[in-house]
Amino acid sequence: MIIIVSLLVLMMFVSAIAALLFKDLISAVIAACMVSLIAAILFYLLQAPDVAMAEASIGAALVTAVFIIAIKRTKRYEE
Amino acid sequence: MSFLQDYIYYIGAFGLVFIGLFIMLTKHNLIKVIIGLSILETGVNLFLISVGYITNGTAPIFSKPGLDISTMVDPVPQALVLTAIVIGLAVLALALSLSIAAYKHFGTLDLRKIKEQRW
Amino acid sequence: MKKIIVIVLLSIIALGIFASLQQIPFGKSKSKVGKYYLQNSKEETGASNVVTSVVVGYRGFDTLGEITVLFLATIGLGAVLATFKKKENGQPEKASLILTTGCRFLFPLILLFGSYIFIFGHLSPGGGFQGGAVIASAFLLIYLGCRGKRVNKVGSSVLESLGGLVFIVLGLVGLTLGGHYYLSNFLPKGEYNTLFSAGIIPLIYIAIGLKVGSELSGIIDLMMEETR
Repeated sequence: MIIIVSLLVLMMFVSAIAALLFKDLISAVIAACMVSLIAAILFYLLQAPDVAMAEASIGAALVTAVFIIAIKRTKRYEE
Repeated sequence: MSFLQDYIYYIGAFGLVFIGLFIMLTKHNLIKVIIGLSILETGVNLFLISVGYITNGTAPIFSKPGLDISTMVDPVPQALVLTAIVIGLAVLALALSLSIAAYKHFGTLDLRKIKEQRW
Repeated sequence: MKKIIVIVLLSIIALGIFASLQQIPFGKSKSKVGKYYLQNSKEETGASNVVTSVVVGYRGFDTLGEITVLFLATIGLGAVLATFKKKENGQPEKASLILTTGCRFLFPLILLFGSYIFIFGHLSPGGGFQGGAVIASAFLLIYLGCRGKRVNKVGSSVLESLGGLVFIVLGLVGLTLGGHYYLSNFLPKGEYNTLFSAGIIPLIYIAIGLKVGSELSGIIDLMMEETR
């Protein structure tokens, strides 16, 4: 049990550092979406199903959509 | 092993907070700074929920009318984090619309060039 | 150079936080307010989901503030983006037939699922905000799949205003009847664990669900104008 939680926290760190290092902004947004999804799994393991549902629907779907619409209207590559 | 068992959720939450702060302090593209803000808010919400956890507890819902109260998890941090997630979405949408307007006005999204220009 | 200074400062902060996290042991019960809400939620509000009775019953005023913040963010977004000129560039290219049919088939199913989440908010995990977000993602599917269709502006603004008004009026009615404080629970509690229980809590959640759903799909509609 503790090994599963440690692996999930490690995957969350790797995704967050990938969001730091990517130069293509759409790839960085998808890495941030993955951080939100793994946080939703951790909320469920901490016995909070309401918060897990809210984080999965708002943080992982609507925030990513709003970011991609904003990137479409400005530049795509960070220089 | 017992160190890991006590601190793994705190390490995860504060690790996200520090990575979000690092992105906000050292990057100079406006949209990357807003991505860092989103990661920071996820870390803070994870910390709040992990404070209210009781070992071997269950979720605070009475699915059968006679469940035992003394093993349920604290319901107050969950109500506060529910509010915080929705307000985080509102702040991000407003910040992105302001960055679209800034791109149209200045022609670039680089923070070093925007600081040099005059209104 | 800047990165090294930032890393040094953040590690000093990390040392301070680690020293003060010793005072918060993981996994022990810490507050007495949570115990009071768990013990008395069954008699005083009658909802099975204790988080729902805390969000709408005991702390309903904070929910009113949250709805105000969402409303202000939508107004600010509309005010900033309304000054761009809209360029009419003819018909956008239509999507293929499989995509259009699939999206039209899925749209009422997702709406039904979102309505289920906020109607049963006091019996199982869920509530107004989660159901509203699912409804907004159904409208996002229609924007991405069948291009060229837009949300009915008049209908969405009527639903949003109606949801906000129902919430405020129910609170004011509770001020006069019932227990003489704002948002008091004046309808009968009903049987435990059935749909028509817990007083005004299902009515408030239905109002919140409709308001948040139409507000978030309005945000997506405002940002997606074709002005290039």
